[in-house]
Amino acid sequence: MSKTKYTYAVARIRALEVSLLTNAVIEQLLACKSAEQALQLLVEKGWGGDLTAGTLDADEVLNKEEEKMWQTIREVAPDMHVFDVLSLPKLYHNLKAAIKEVCTEVENKNIFYDDCEITGEEMFALVQNKEFDKLPGNMPATAREAFDTLLHTRDGQLCDLIIDHATLEAMLEAGKKSGEKIIEEYAQTAVAIADIKIAVRSQKTGKNAEFMKKAMVNCSEINVDQLTQAALAGAEEIAQYLEGTSYREGADALRISPSAFERWCDNKMTDSMRSQKYESFSVGPLLAYLLARQNEIKTVRIILTGKQNEFPDEAIRERIREMYV
Amino acid sequence: MNIAGELGVVYGLLGAAIAVLFAGAGSALGVGIAGQAASGVVTEDPSKFAKVLIMQLLPGTQGLYGLLVGFITLSKIGILGGGGVEVSVQSGLMILAACLPIGIVGLISGIAQGKTAAASIGIVAKKPEQFGKAMLFPAMVETYAILALLISFLAVSGIQL
Repeated sequence: MSKTKYTYAVARIRALEVSLLTNAVIEQLLACKSAEQALQLLVEKGWGGDLTAGTLDADEVLNKEEEKMWQTIREVAPDMHVFDVLSLPKLYHNLKAAIKEVCTEVENKNIFYDDCEITGEEMFALVQNKEFDKLPGNMPATAREAFDTLLHTRDGQLCDLIIDHATLEAMLEAGKKSGEKIIEEYAQTAVAIADIKIAVRSQKTGKNAEFMKKAMVNCSEINVDQLTQAALAGAEEIAQYLEGTSYREGADALRISPSAFERWCDNKMTDSMRSQKYESFSVGPLLAYLLARQNEIKTVRIILTGKQNEFPDEAIRERIREMYV
Repeated sequence: MNIAGELGVVYGLLGAAIAVLFAGAGSALGVGIAGQAASGVVTEDPSKFAKVLIMQLLPGTQGLYGLLVGFITLSKIGILGGGGVEVSVQSGLMILAACLPIGIVGLISGIAQGKTAAASIGIVAKKPEQFGKAMLFPAMVETYAILALLISFLAVSGIQL
């Protein structure tokens, strides 16, 4: 029966896919004159759930949608550990935020994510009491190292670097542990894209090889040494390196702009998930739904922020991601 | 009753048991798989209940075919509808063999049809107007259960005791 354990979940996801935003709806949002009008359109599509129409706030609606998305997956998934790959960045973000709060003695409750394994409050208490061993996976050693580094050097970027590196390693590990090919492939792609983004940003800010090697993680598609050498040589060299990998189409996007590359990365991920529309018994459609929801929430956030700040339509349009349905 | 003397009836009864047991198990598994998918859709959209219920019931027919072959077998060997029938060992073995098609094909096709019905329920979830086409896919699997029923039925009926 293990081969059919996702039957209920996939059927429920199929029914939910009907309410995903289509490219046509995104066009409608783009055509709205103001952020308020766009938000109203989203509310008519059922976004925001039970939030009352009079007190609508864009962030509140988007957060509610994110919460609803995880709630659905929690309800349908027979095993949530398969989705660790997606929730790990939030968990490590909480660690990063807690270490900074404890070390700088500045409190801000709003910087934590509460919809992950260890909530902000719990993480803060663990870090404050230095109970690092209670953290899961590779977190205890990472937390100890990042905490000591920040305390002794006061270098926030170095602290971020240690935790971000550990996040990528944990994602790869979680991908392998999931036992699902598609989750492992997603983890590999997510880490490869993170490596490329690190290389691009490091090249722009003139970071040295040591910094890049500390930040990046080797994965099936990316060789850290080669990417570092390319980044040290220049932006065009990064694009040339990518041409020798399965991210060759991304090289063209990278030559246009970093934001075009980020858009290409998201579109590639959506494209690679499209075949999951025809799967009926695997975890694939659940992952595809999660990514599709994240993608549409990100796109809506771009549109609303663009409209709030009165960006020209063209500037918003070039950042719009393709939708899954 | 001497079992050795009644071995023909025992073989016949074993045939009836195989027909009912395996075909019934196939249907139970198939309806179960399709039922999980149907529940998933109804959780989000209760208005599709009637359509997905029909889909869920499609793999249930194998169990009925097994039951039918079981009935005629019991009747043939005299367990149902009065005794007095002499069943030789050869005839009993022939009845057992005759029951195998619906038993085995019923089990396999029931599971396969359940999986196909679950996938078709996915079509109904996204495109309810395509219900007719969606129903055809699991119905195709039914063909082979019917062929097996036909052979089991003809064989059991045709055996001369």
